[in-house]
Order: sequence, then C-alpha cells, then structure tokens
Amino acid sequence: MIRRMLNVLLAGFLLGGAGAAQAELLGDAARGETLFRDCASCHQVGAGAKNRVGPHLNDIFGRRAASAGDDYRYSKGLVRMGADGLVWNFETLNAYIDNPKALVSDTRMAYRGMKDETDRADLLAYLRGFSASPANIPESQPTARASEVELSPETLAIVGDKAYGEYLSSECLTCHQRSGSNEGIPGIVSWPVEDFVIAMHAYKRQIRPHPVMQMMAGRLSDEEIAALAAYFADLE
Amino acid sequence: MKLNRRAFIGTGVAAAAALQAPMVWSQGRPRVVVVGGGAGGATVARYLAKDSQGQIDVTLVEPTRHYYTCFFSNLYIGGFRDIASIGHSYGKLAAEYGINVVHDWAVGVDRDAKTVTLAGGAALPYDRLVLSPGIDFVDGSVPGWDVSAQHKMPHAYKAGSQSELLKAQIEAMPQGGRFAMIAPPNPYRCPPGPYERISMVAHLLTQVNPTAKILLVDPKEKFSKQGLFEEGWAKHYPGMIERIGPDFGGDKVEVRPDAMEVVIDGTVEKVDACNVIPGQKAGRICEMAGITDGNWAPVNGYNMQSRVDGNIYVLGDATAQGDMPKSGYSANSQAKVAAMAIRGELMGSSVFPAKYSNTCWSLIAPEDGVKVGAAYEPTDEKIASVSSFVSQTGEDAALRKQTYEESLGWYAGITTDMFG
Ligand SMILES: Cc1cc2nc3c(=O)[nH]c(=O)nc-3n(C[C@H](O)[C@H](O)[C@H](O)COP(=O)(O)OP(=O)(O)OC[C@H]3O[C@@H](n4cnc5c(N)ncnc54)[C@H](O)[C@@H]3O)c2cc1C
Repeated sequence: MIRRMLNVLLAGFLLGGAGAAQAELLGDAARGETLFRDCASCHQVGAGAKNRVGPHLNDIFGRRAASAGDDYRYSKGLVRMGADGLVWNFETLNAYIDNPKALVSDTRMAYRGMKDETDRADLLAYLRGFSASPANIPESQPTARASEVELSPETLAIVGDKAYGEYLSSECLTCHQRSGSNEGIPGIVSWPVEDFVIAMHAYKRQIRPHPVMQMMAGRLSDEEIAALAAYFADLE
Repeated sequence: MKLNRRAFIGTGVAAAAALQAPMVWSQGRPRVVVVGGGAGGATVARYLAKDSQGQIDVTLVEPTRHYYTCFFSNLYIGGFRDIASIGHSYGKLAAEYGINVVHDWAVGVDRDAKTVTLAGGAALPYDRLVLSPGIDFVDGSVPGWDVSAQHKMPHAYKAGSQSELLKAQIEAMPQGGRFAMIAPPNPYRCPPGPYERISMVAHLLTQVNPTAKILLVDPKEKFSKQGLFEEGWAKHYPGMIERIGPDFGGDKVEVRPDAMEVVIDGTVEKVDACNVIPGQKAGRICEMAGITDGNWAPVNGYNMQSRVDGNIYVLGDATAQGDMPKSGYSANSQAKVAAMAIRGELMGSSVFPAKYSNTCWSLIAPEDGVKVGAAYEPTDEKIASVSSFVSQTGEDAALRKQTYEESLGWYAGITTDMFG
C-alpha cells in the first residue's frame, strides 16, 4: 500500500520535474547537521565517505536505491526496489526516514524513524548539500567523522579469534538474531570489523547509552571485542 | 595475535578437560540425553547438536509436543499476544539439527548404570545427562490448594492451558467483581512475573470490567522492580490494585477453592477469580535422580555440572547456582556454558571461561515496558553478580515504548535460539 503510494509519488516526481518546488520543501541544513549525529554511527557523508554499517550518503539525491557500490550488502527488499526503479529524492527519502520498515520491510537499517516533519526536512536539507547537483560535495568539511571513541592503533589492529568469537557470540544471540533481523533489536551481522569494534568500545566506555549493551560490553576485553567483530563480520 | 588461550584455560575447573585427549567411545558417538525441552533444555540440545556437527548423539526428552513459553504468557493474558504465538514445536530441532526428540516423561535416573527411564518403559543410556525440568510446586505451600484444585484456582505458572483457563476466568468475572492473586515466597521462577501479571490483568479488566478490583496477597516484604510497578499501577490503574504484604497477614493465607474464598490471617474474602502461585522447587526428576539439596539442585558455577554427580548437568529454574534469577534468559545463558563444557569433555574442543547474563523485560501497560538485568561470573561458591542495571521511575514514554519493542525483539531472538 505504502509502496504503491510511493510509486505514485515517484511517478509524479519524474513527470513533473519538481526541482524548484522541491527546494522549498527543504529545511534548515545547519539544524540538519545536528540531527545527522544520530545517523552518523552508521552512515558517512562528505569527502572521503565510505560504506560502513550503512551505505555512504554522498549523491544520495538522484541515486537509485541499493546502488552505493558493490562493497555494500543491501537487504533483498531494497535491492528489489532499486531494480524496480526506486530513486531517492525528497519524497522517497522523506517517507523512508519517517518509517523505514513501512517502505522496505526487511531493511537492515535499524532506525525507528524520524517522526517530526520539520526534523526530516532539516535533515534532508543537510544531506542535499552532499549531492552533486546543484551543490558540489564540499571538500573542506568531511563529515565522515572521526569515530565516537578514540582507540589506539594497537586496539584497532587486534586480529580477532573467530573460534572464540563464535562462543562469545552465543551470548549476543539470545537477543540479536543470526539472520540479521532488525525487529526491536538491531541486526549485528556483516558489519565492518572496525565499526563493530568502535561501537562496542563506545558502549564499554558508556558513551553510547543502552544499559544492556553497556553491561555486556563492559566486561569484554579488547581481544574479546575483536573476536566478536571478526566472527559477526563474516556471517552471511 | 594477542589472544592467549592458555592464559584463560585454567581459570575454570571445566577447562582442565580440554587439555586431556578426548575420551574414546566404544559404542560410536558419545550420547547426551537432555530432559526437558524448555528454555534450558531446548537451547543446550540445539547448541550441542549444532556445534558438534552431529558428532554427539543428542536425545531430547519432553512430554509435550508444543512448548508454550511462560515468557509472554502474561502478555497473552493482557491481550497483547494470542496463545498460538507463544507456542513452539520441536520440528526444526529434529529435522534440521538431527536431535532425537522423544515425547515422553523421564521417570527415573539410574546414575550407576547411566540410564534414564521413560514412562513408556524405555531406558536411554547416556554419557552425559542434562536435566532442565523447570519447577514443580511445594506441597502444602498454600493451605487448601494442591494441583487437584488448579482448574478452580489456576497457577498459570506453567504456560498453555493454565494460561487460557486463567484468562477465561478473569473475563467471566461479574462486573465490579474481584480478582485475587496469591504471590509466591522466594525463590521462584521469574521474580517480576507475578507483578507483570497483575499489570496485565489490570489492563484486561480496564477493557472489559473497569470497576473490578484486584487483591494481591504477598508473603514477601519487597518484590522485583517494585518502585516501577507501583508507579505504573498508580498511573495506569488508579484505585484498582490493593496489595496485602506480610505486615497485614499476606504470609498467613489459606484458600478454599470450592467456595472461592481466600482467608487472610483469619479474615474471609470472597473472590470471583483466583490465581494461586505456590512455593516452588526443582522439577521432580531432580529429586528422583538424587541430586537435590533441599528444594533445588546445586551446581558448579563454572560449568553447570551437578555438585552431586559429575556426569549430570542441571540448568535453569531447577538449579541452586547463586545470584542468577530463575528466568528463561538465565536458563538459555546457562545452557550455552553447559553445551561448551560438555563438548569439551566429550570431544576435547576448546573450553572458554563461563560468562552469564540475564535481562527481564516486563510490560506494565500498552507500550510501557521496563527491564532489569545483570552480568554474572562464576566463583568457587556460586555464580556471582558482577554488574546490574534497572529501568528508572519517571522515564519518558518514548524510552518505555522502545523498551517494549526491544522485548519483542528479545522474544523473537531467544525463541529462535531455542528452537532454531
Ligand atoms: C508468568 C511468567 C512470566 C515469565 N516471564 C519471563 C520473561 O519475561 N523473561 C524470562 O527470561 N523468563 C520469564 N519467565 C521464566 C521462564 O519461563 C523460566 O525461568 C524458564 O522457562 C526456565 O527454563 P527451564 O528450562 O528451567 O524450564 P522450562 O522452560 O519450564 O522447561 C522445562 C521443561 O521440562 C519438561 N519436563 C519437566 N519434567 C520432565 C520430565 N520428568 N521428563 C521430561 N520432561 C520434563 C517440561 O514439560 C518443560 O517443557 C516467566 C515465567 C512465568 C511463569
């Protein structure tokens, strides 16, 4: 139903060439930059942005869904919708960010949705600045942020023992499903190793707020975190 | 690579086994029999079969064909789940994991011969036995009540038909009638369970019988997440719930199922529906196996091995292990440690130090979820709590909603972890 609605929107956009009208819909980019912090634990945007837990968002406006590069593994649903012709523009992004699962039920994006319309407009105004036309990607201000926690190169260089990671993972799998399901509890499979390590250290140091995760990460050693990262990175 | 496995081998007694050569099994594959297909038993059977890649012969003995989870059975009473959604079958464990699922009761354990006798007459030989039978009720715990009265005053503390019966009786109460719960003494399965149930009954009554009253008779001074529940009850169900603690005779209660009466410290109260949750003990098979001390089966916290018999492991509610609450999450967590230890003993695979954890979510009202949890590590005496957290009073609605949604994710996760 929602999908059908979107296709209508999409068709309208393609036919109407909504360029100018669309610009008016966009909000306050400066405020959007602040809102983007919520997204930045998974997505990078700006010079040097890469696919991480989520795909990079450069040139997202006008990009066909599920096309950020071969090194990113999308959900089946998103791939199908990309093949069906879903293109990201103000309307489609607005709907997706409002309620990701309503648009793509199996999306790997563990985000519950941004309910406030003004927030969405502001966020999209910010992202719009990183899409080629009309504005070029600002080279000088990479928002591909330094990570949430400063980790020593030694910590980041630890090569995790996957066999140990497999045992440790059994504790994670009480809640997080091996299939990568995102219902209520975020999926944690196939994350880049470094993102996994950073996220776990952010919980361990109580920079990220979730109490269960703070408790779980709090007693994991650096080696154990690396072991888990190595194990989950390779799960299909 | 910095990880040094030898450094942590030796921190647990179970680790010693990993250094020995695997034993030689004269009759082919080593055999593990698991009694009880619940949170502990289904998990340990699945992990043993999965992680040994079929090299361990796993038999799971469970009388029922459908396991109804006690977790979320309160949400069923509140109308948030249907009964089918909390029922699970053993088909995948048999078909995809190669587990020999036997639907029967274990009625005896011969520890010398290492066999388990089934009600149907068969004797199953084992190299290692895992008992995860959950709870049974202590005789005489609530004077006037025994299982022959469970159709008049259901316990609904083993889920399924008992949960359906309790819900039907509450729905059939006359307008403005009274529901009573006799809460259990410590220790019992799921410390917040009775209070989550009170919340769900209150929610149901506000829908179908808003002038009804709830009487909670409790032998305990304090209970789990008390501040959170009491705040929620005052907010969502003002004036509906009355709790009688031990200071007002909540510990001196008798029931008369035929007359639908509850006698509290000599005062007779007429009620229209009554949920009796008696005092609890390890599932009876533990006593029959001779591995209990008092009401529970003591275990070694490093690996969940019985302190009485090294060939037997005990999981979940039936155990006396220390600080972990009797919960599905705990049983599932313990099962993974035991599976690893048993594989180490039987196959010589790596044994890592045990880590345990628990989180219990409870629903107070629609989208008003709370949680409590802790991490645990073994010591020589017990499994000891090392850190914990609990939801706070006064949290905003968005956080409570998120906590509730998280519990849905947990339910899907743990049942997949148990049944594949
Ligand atoms: C109302 C309520 C709400 C709860 N909510 C939660 C919650 O939100 N979160 C949570 O983590 N926990 C919760 N729990 C607790 C949880 O259900 C138990 O702690 C958990 O099921 C214990 O697992 P177990 O393996 O020890 O026993 P069980 O899961 O009870 O499994 C025991 C199995 O053994 C079988 N059995 C018994 N005797 C024999 C025998 N002789 N031969 C063969 N089979 C036998 C039984 O049929 C049963 O299937 C709740 C409990 C209740 C009552």
